[in-house]
Amino acid sequence: MRAGTPELPPSFLARGVAWLDERFPLTETWNYHLARYYAPKNFNFWYFMGALSLLVLVIQLGSGVWLTMSYVPSGEQAFASVEYIMRDVDMGYIIRYMHTTGASAFFLVVYLHMFRAMLYGSYRKPRELLWLIGMAIFLVLMAEGFFGYLLPWGNMSFWAAQVIVSLFSAIPFVGESLATWIRGDFVMSGITLTRFFALHVVLIPIVLIALVFLHLVALHHVGSNNPDGIEIKRNKDANGIPRDGIPFHPYYVVHDINASVIFLILFCLVLFYAPEMGGYFIEKPNFEEANPLKTPEHIAPVWYYTPYYAMLRAATFPLFGLDAKFWGMVVMAVAILIPAALPWLDRSPVKSIRYKGRWSKAMLGIFVVSFLVLGYLGTIAPSPMATLAAQIGTMAYLSYFLLMPWYTQVEKIKPVPDRVT
Amino acid sequence: MLMKMRVSSFVLIFGLMGLSAAFADSSQCPVEADVQWQSEPMHPDLSDLPSLQRGFRHYVNYCLGCHGLQYQRYERTADDLAIPHDLVEEHLIFSDQMIGQQITTAMPEASSTWFGVAPPDLTLVAKLRDPQWLYNYMNAFYIDPCRPFGVNNKVFPNVGMPHVLIGLQGNQRAVCTDVPMMAENGGEARDPLVPGRVLTEEQCGVLQVEEGTGTLNEEEYRQFTWDLVNFLHYVAEPSRMDRYRIGVYVILFLIFLAVFTWLLNREFWKDVR
Amino acid sequence: MESISALEAPERRRFLIGATAVVGAIGVAGAAVPFVRSWAPSAKARAAGAAITVDIASLAEGEMVSPIPAWRGKPVFIVRRTSTQVEELESPDDALADPDSQRPQQPEYAQNNWRARRPEIGVFVGVCTHLGCSPKFYGAPSEEGIDPAWEGGFFCPCHGSRFDLAGRVVSGVPAPSNLEVPPYFFASDTLIVVGEDSGEVVA
Repeated sequence: MRAGTPELPPSFLARGVAWLDERFPLTETWNYHLARYYAPKNFNFWYFMGALSLLVLVIQLGSGVWLTMSYVPSGEQAFASVEYIMRDVDMGYIIRYMHTTGASAFFLVVYLHMFRAMLYGSYRKPRELLWLIGMAIFLVLMAEGFFGYLLPWGNMSFWAAQVIVSLFSAIPFVGESLATWIRGDFVMSGITLTRFFALHVVLIPIVLIALVFLHLVALHHVGSNNPDGIEIKRNKDANGIPRDGIPFHPYYVVHDINASVIFLILFCLVLFYAPEMGGYFIEKPNFEEANPLKTPEHIAPVWYYTPYYAMLRAATFPLFGLDAKFWGMVVMAVAILIPAALPWLDRSPVKSIRYKGRWSKAMLGIFVVSFLVLGYLGTIAPSPMATLAAQIGTMAYLSYFLLMPWYTQVEKIKPVPDRVT
Repeated sequence: MLMKMRVSSFVLIFGLMGLSAAFADSSQCPVEADVQWQSEPMHPDLSDLPSLQRGFRHYVNYCLGCHGLQYQRYERTADDLAIPHDLVEEHLIFSDQMIGQQITTAMPEASSTWFGVAPPDLTLVAKLRDPQWLYNYMNAFYIDPCRPFGVNNKVFPNVGMPHVLIGLQGNQRAVCTDVPMMAENGGEARDPLVPGRVLTEEQCGVLQVEEGTGTLNEEEYRQFTWDLVNFLHYVAEPSRMDRYRIGVYVILFLIFLAVFTWLLNREFWKDVR
Repeated sequence: MESISALEAPERRRFLIGATAVVGAIGVAGAAVPFVRSWAPSAKARAAGAAITVDIASLAEGEMVSPIPAWRGKPVFIVRRTSTQVEELESPDDALADPDSQRPQQPEYAQNNWRARRPEIGVFVGVCTHLGCSPKFYGAPSEEGIDPAWEGGFFCPCHGSRFDLAGRVVSGVPAPSNLEVPPYFFASDTLIVVGEDSGEVVA
């Protein structure tokens, strides 16, 4: 090349990118999703959770693939193979604790991510579909967690799965045969374990990844919401760039990297110093192999299912000729699914809690308290007092959603500014 | 000699079975509800290698006859507890097992009928229960002629296991004895008239070892069970100490990395402000 | 604002990007450690691959220990050579690829004409150095599909590689090097421990 001229020759990298761009939309994709994806500049703490759930997904995939290398999905060997990973495989215990800690971390960040949407009305038009895809991810994640929880084949794994599968038997007429079909046996057995394994490591992860991809595509199409609930696309400069937007790369990339490292510090504190989390992440009865003849004294699901479990147990009386077991299942299903209706339940003229009225704030508070209280109640043994509390909690939880069309319309709202604050 | 010891524990068990059958007299049986037991704290210490080594030896001599450690290998145990391999092969492996194999029990399969249920494997018992429970359990056996093995346990009532360590501990019985009275402030109550004298009251159901019936004294027996439980705590998760050690480096590194990511983030966000 | 990229960034920015990338890369490498190490043979595999003891009391001259014992899942050939064969091995002919066992296919104590601790006892890993088939043993000169001048040894049926009675590969066959000699020692006159080369040598 011409030496001494100020014009530098195109670097090897630039030529490589040019070659690729002719054949694949590399730069285009980069710009669309990162460098020229304009996100509102007023993101706060709650907006880390999306990136963090992606991080946890990667952790779960990596550790999960490595676990399958040593795990044996059979009724005879599953439990022993987990101990094999914990003892005989070099550093296998780190990989296993990564996965168990990751499971809890996944639900934690996803719950916070969903709560963020409720705080700032991120499910409102035009993001209804984004929210529905997110709800689908949540359901698939619950299934993934449920199938995965059986795999260590500990006694709690066994009985928790037994209880959940038995839920299906509450469906009138077909319930019993449906439950038997799911198990492939008359009780939970090695047969059930093997099919749950296939679902946990192959089918559900594929669905999960596909849904996460769709979630991101939908997000980048409609753009991110923000704590003020203002559409930044309505206020663009001469170049067509939102005045309140900043490119995701580099600003939110460095932001999220920083948050990821802080998150990993907390994650590793749990992984290395409290992987069992006092029996909440790995429950004590799971240190005993599955035994179909011996139920643990007290069955509790892992913490991330306990709010729904408490609502399941709160249904204690028959109604309309159908027994309590059936209604328990219905209540639980409704409780899990009802957030999907939020885009149509929320009739407020504003999106963000910042500009909603007292009613919305109070009801959101009631929702959070009821969710936490139900979560606690789901971990303890049933008692008359606890059941009563769970019934009240269930009513509180549901009223947040069911009364929303009313209270979001009657309350006095604050004026929304034109620009983000 | 060690083999003999293990055989003798079997003899002891069946001796006890016979004993209880011969002397069962319900009037002599303590009522479980009346027996007093105050749970004692037990905090395992995995850095105490001599204790773990003793615990391993005690386990092999007194427990392995019935309870295996089927997920744990001799070699790993030897390495973690800093015991030379030849010592383990010579003194701790009774069967024809190799050092790389798992610590399985020598007990024949059919033996499960001797006790009603098969003695459980104890690799994970310190996680299933907890060390404090195990320690108290091993100290809370007492003579009860009405039970099949002649003993009962306050921590695990009506347990289906004989008191294998009775020869060491001696006969612990629920007795009536004078114990110091509690003052309202929680301390010992003292006689207001005679300075320094501690007031006592008779209390029944107190567990006391008949002097001279065991080969270990009270303190030695506690140490023995403490070592045993400490070892069980180790064996439930042999990587625990590794985990604690590695964790420090990982977290220190992440804090170091966080400094850079924080500075980087701050640098770029200067544009936005 | 979007024009700001790593290349155009001021000095400090470039330094921070570089430093974070380097430290981050170290972190990624560190995170990879458990994943890499978990692929090493586990305690179970190591226990299964532990040294084996073979009794050669009843091994006749010109014979190989049968059934073939396995060490680390591989067949171990243990042969007792006749005195004639021992003598013949002392003067290796030119037809061998590595007559002096220069390649590290054996422990130090087996780098001799018999490739063994004792001239009459040969111990080899029974895996052809070509593509991993297991050769067959010929204790005496054999003509079966082989050069009639061959004094016997090991013949691999897969691709026709030949080795002499000391496991040395004949030149002109696919196998590149001599049969591997595992670490071993004599625990007694008639007991061989294969898989360890420690212990006292009873010679």
